[in-house]
Amino acid sequence: MSYLKPLFSHPKLPKNKLGYTLKEYEGSLSTLCAGCGHDSISAAIVRACFELSIEPHLVAKISGIGCSSKTPTYFLGNSHGFNSVHGRMPSVATGANMANKELVYFGVSGDGDSASIGMGQFVHVIRRNLNIVYVVMNNGCYGLTKGQDSATADRGSKNKSGSVNPFEAIDLASMAIELGASFVAQSFSGDKQQLIPLLKAAIQHPGFAFINVISPCVTFNNNPGSTKSYDYVREHIEATSALDFVPVKKEIRVNYAEGASAEVGLHDGSKIHLNKLSMDWDPEDRISVVNALQNAKVKEEILTGLLYVNTDWKDLSRTLNITDSPLNRLKESDLCPGTEELQHINEGFR
Amino acid sequence: MKPTNTRDPEYYHKVVDCQYACPAHTPVPEYIRLIAAEKYTEAYMINWESNVFPGILGRTCDRPCEPACRRVRVEKEPVAICRLKRVAADQKGEVKSLMPQGPFASNGKKIALIGGGPASLTVARDLAPLGYEIHLFDEQIAGGGMMRSQIPSFRLPETVLNEEVDYILDMGIHTQFLTYVSSLKDVLSKKYDAVFVGTGAPRGKDLPKLPGRKDGAAGIHIGIEWLASVAFEHTKSISPKVIVLGGGNTAMDCCRTARRLGGKDVKVVVRSPFKEMKASPWEKEDAMHEDIQIFDNHVPLSFEVKDGKLIGMKFQKVRAVYDEKGKRELIPTDEPEVLIEADEVLVAIGQQNSFPWIERDLGLDFDEWDMPVVDRKTFQSTLPKVFFGGDAAFGPENVITAVAHGHQAAVSIHLFCQGKDLLDRPSPFTNLVSQKMGIHEWSYDSQIAADQRYIVPQARKSITLKDRKKEVELGFDIQTAYKEAQRCLNCDAQTVFSEDRCIECDACMDVCPTSCITFTANAEEDELRQNLLVPAENKSQDLLVSDTLKTGRVMIKDEDVCLHCGLCAERCPTSAWDMQKYFYSVTKAYQIPASLPAIQK
Repeated sequence: MSYLKPLFSHPKLPKNKLGYTLKEYEGSLSTLCAGCGHDSISAAIVRACFELSIEPHLVAKISGIGCSSKTPTYFLGNSHGFNSVHGRMPSVATGANMANKELVYFGVSGDGDSASIGMGQFVHVIRRNLNIVYVVMNNGCYGLTKGQDSATADRGSKNKSGSVNPFEAIDLASMAIELGASFVAQSFSGDKQQLIPLLKAAIQHPGFAFINVISPCVTFNNNPGSTKSYDYVREHIEATSALDFVPVKKEIRVNYAEGASAEVGLHDGSKIHLNKLSMDWDPEDRISVVNALQNAKVKEEILTGLLYVNTDWKDLSRTLNITDSPLNRLKESDLCPGTEELQHINEGFR
Repeated sequence: MKPTNTRDPEYYHKVVDCQYACPAHTPVPEYIRLIAAEKYTEAYMINWESNVFPGILGRTCDRPCEPACRRVRVEKEPVAICRLKRVAADQKGEVKSLMPQGPFASNGKKIALIGGGPASLTVARDLAPLGYEIHLFDEQIAGGGMMRSQIPSFRLPETVLNEEVDYILDMGIHTQFLTYVSSLKDVLSKKYDAVFVGTGAPRGKDLPKLPGRKDGAAGIHIGIEWLASVAFEHTKSISPKVIVLGGGNTAMDCCRTARRLGGKDVKVVVRSPFKEMKASPWEKEDAMHEDIQIFDNHVPLSFEVKDGKLIGMKFQKVRAVYDEKGKRELIPTDEPEVLIEADEVLVAIGQQNSFPWIERDLGLDFDEWDMPVVDRKTFQSTLPKVFFGGDAAFGPENVITAVAHGHQAAVSIHLFCQGKDLLDRPSPFTNLVSQKMGIHEWSYDSQIAADQRYIVPQARKSITLKDRKKEVELGFDIQTAYKEAQRCLNCDAQTVFSEDRCIECDACMDVCPTSCITFTANAEEDELRQNLLVPAENKSQDLLVSDTLKTGRVMIKDEDVCLHCGLCAERCPTSAWDMQKYFYSVTKAYQIPASLPAIQK
C-alpha cells in the first residue's frame, strides 16, 4: 500500500492568483477505504480553496471524531487543523473563531458526530450563527465501527447485513433551516460540478454555512436497498438549481432561460447565480424551502443544491461585538489601556 | 471519441515509450526491474534475445530510448537505460547455456551473409537454430564490422566485442574472414538459397574539390579509414596539432583517438551550430572533457599547404538562419577568414554506401542515388533471393537499427526459404497480466523515486589518455545501479480500465498525482483534449477513452505524464482500474511457431 504521494505533478498544472497549484492545497494520501465519498469531498474543498486563491495558512480545519473527521489530514496540508473531541467540534470552532476571525473556518463532521453525540452542540452553533463552513459528510452509517445505522439512515433503508432501519431519519438540512441557519445547502460527493461552487459560496458567506453532503460508504453502505449508495443517490437526486459562484470583480453573465434565474448577492460583492430548476422555490424564502424539502421527501427525491440563504443576519462575532484584530496581535496597550480608561468605564456603571 | 481499442498490440506498446522508440523494441522496464532485483543474468538474456549485443550496446548505443523516456516529461533527465544495460552485461553469470544449443539439425538450406557486422550477425543468430547452413564473408580479420573497425577500444573493449560476436559464431556459423567479396554474381552462382547483404556504409565522405586537398594529401585522412587503421594497429601515432572536420559521433571518436595517439592540440571544426551537431550530447561532453575544443559555425575553405606540407586549414565563419519551414541556411558573416593551424586533418563528415561489387545486370535494381531498391518491411531486393539490412539497406544509421533490420530480414529469409508469403509476417508476442498481489500490493515497486539521474563514473583522464585501450567509463557499481533502476517508472505496468466495474466515485481522478484522469462528457478528440483537468497538449501521446459509463460520461486518461504509480488502482473500490504488466516482444525467425499439420478430410 502506498503511504506517500509521488512528488511529481503535471508540468502544466494551472496556477491561481497567488501562483499556487492544486498541489499546495492537497494533504497527505488518504487512508480511508478506496472509493470513499469523503475523499471526493476533500478533493472538492481543495479545488474550491484553490479556485478562490485562499492563502492556505489563513484556513483552519476543525473536526470531531469519525471517518469524516479524519479527512482534514487529507486536504489543505498547509493549513491549521484541530482534531477535537467527538461531537465537540462546534465548541472548539467557536473558541477559535472568537480568538481570530480573520481565518476561513471549516468545521468537518459526520452524521454520527453531528446528528448523534454532537447534536446538542450542532443545534447551538446554528442558533448562534457562527461564521464557519460546516460540512457534514453524511453516509448514514458508522463506518469506523463496522457500519451500524446512524441517526441519518432513512427509515426502510437496508444495511449491508440485510437488516432494515426501523427508525425515522434526522433531516439535518431541515433542522438547520428550522434553527435559523443563514446558509443551507445539500449535495452529493459524486457531483463535484455542484459541490465546488456550493463550497465557494459557503466560504464567502458571512455566517453559518451548512452543507449536508451525501457521501456513500463504499464498505458498509453501498449495497442494494441502501438509500445512501452511489446508485440510489444518482437515481433519486433532484437539484434545486444549476449554480455558479461568481467572485468579486469577476462577474460572468450567463444566459438563463427566462424567468428561471435568480441571483443572490453577498455583502462582499460576490454573487451566486442560480439557474432554478424547481419553480415554486425561492432560496430567500424559508417557507418555500421547507415546502420544497417536504415535497421532495414525499416523492423520495433527494433535493440538492443551495436550499436557503440569508445574508442579513449578523454572525456571532458581530452579535458579541468581538474585536476585529486577532487576539494574538493585541498588545499590552490594547489589553490594559490604563487607569484613565478604567475610570472612564467605571463611570459608565455609576 | 470511440472507446480505445486496447486489444491492438500497439496501443499499450506505445505507452512504454522507451521500448516503442527502440528500433528493436527491447522490453526495457522488464530488464531494469530484473537489474534492481540483482537478476543480472535474466536481465542480460532479455536483452540478448532482443538486441543481440547487450554488452556492446550498453556502451555504444545511440540510445533512441532515452529522449523518449517518460521521466523527461515529468522530471528532467531520462533513466540511464543504456548504462543499466551495461550493468546487466558486466554482472551477469554464465549465459551460454541459456542460448540455443548447437549443433542444430540441418534443414538443408544454405545462406550467404556478406559483411560481418551487426546486421549479418543478427541474421546468423536468428537463422542458425533453425538448421540453416550459414556462410559469413568479411574482409576484416574478425567479425563485428564497424563495431570493430570504427568504435575505439576506450569506448568498447575488444574482450566485450569478441565475447558477444563469438556467442553467435559458436552456433556453427561458417566464417570466411579476410575475404573481400568482389562479385555478387559469383556468390549467386554458388547455389545459396538466399543471400543477405550487410556491408554497411563503408565509404567515408571526402572534400575532393577543396583547394589544397591534393597537395596536402599526406596529412589528410578519411575518419573511418583512419579509425580502422588505428584499430588494426597500422597507425600508431598522430602529429600534435590535429583538426577533425565534422560534428557526428565518428568525429568525436576521431578526436578522442587522436588525443591518445599523440594529438596535443586537437580541434573539432564543424559547419553547423553546436546545438545541431549530429554527435550525441554525451559524446560531445566526453570529448570536451578531454580538452578538445569544438569550433562551430565554421565552413572549410581550403587546406593550407606550405613547402609540400600541410600547415592548417582556412574557414569562413557563418551563422545559421532558418526560414519559416525551419529549413536551415548557413550565411557567411562579415568576419575575416579564420586560419587554424594543423599538421594533420581527419575528415569525418559522413559516410556513404558503395556497391562496386554488385554487378548491375543481375536484375537487382538500384535507384537514382545508386542505392539498391529494398522493401522497407521485408528487406528483400528486386532480386528475390537477395536481402539487405543495416546501413547497406537505407544508408547510415546505427547498431541497434542494424539489429532490428537483421531480425526482420531473418524472418523474411525463413519465410522465403519455405516458399511462404513475405508480407504475412508473424505478430508480436504479447502478454498482459495483473500485478495485484494483495488488496493494495503490487508486484512491482510502485513508489516513485525522486532521485536525479546518477552519473556513470569515469577513469581518470591522466590514465585513459595514455592508453588507447583503457576503457573510459567504469560503469555503475551495483548500489548505484539499483538506485538508478528505481528511477524507472515501470511504464509497462499498464493502467487497465474496465468500465463495467466503475461506480464513478471519482477516487482515481482525485488521487492521480499528475492529473491524468478526467470523467467528462464525450466529444471529438480536439475538444476532449482541451476539456481535461489539465489540457492534453502533447498529441504524440494517446488518450485512453472508455465506453460510456452509467451517468453518460466517459473516462479519459491522458497517457502523457502517467507515473504508473498505481494509485488510481489502489484507490479504486471495485478494481475497475488494475495494473497489468504488458510484455511485448518482436517475434524472431527462430520463434515462429511451426504451422499446424493440415487436417485430412
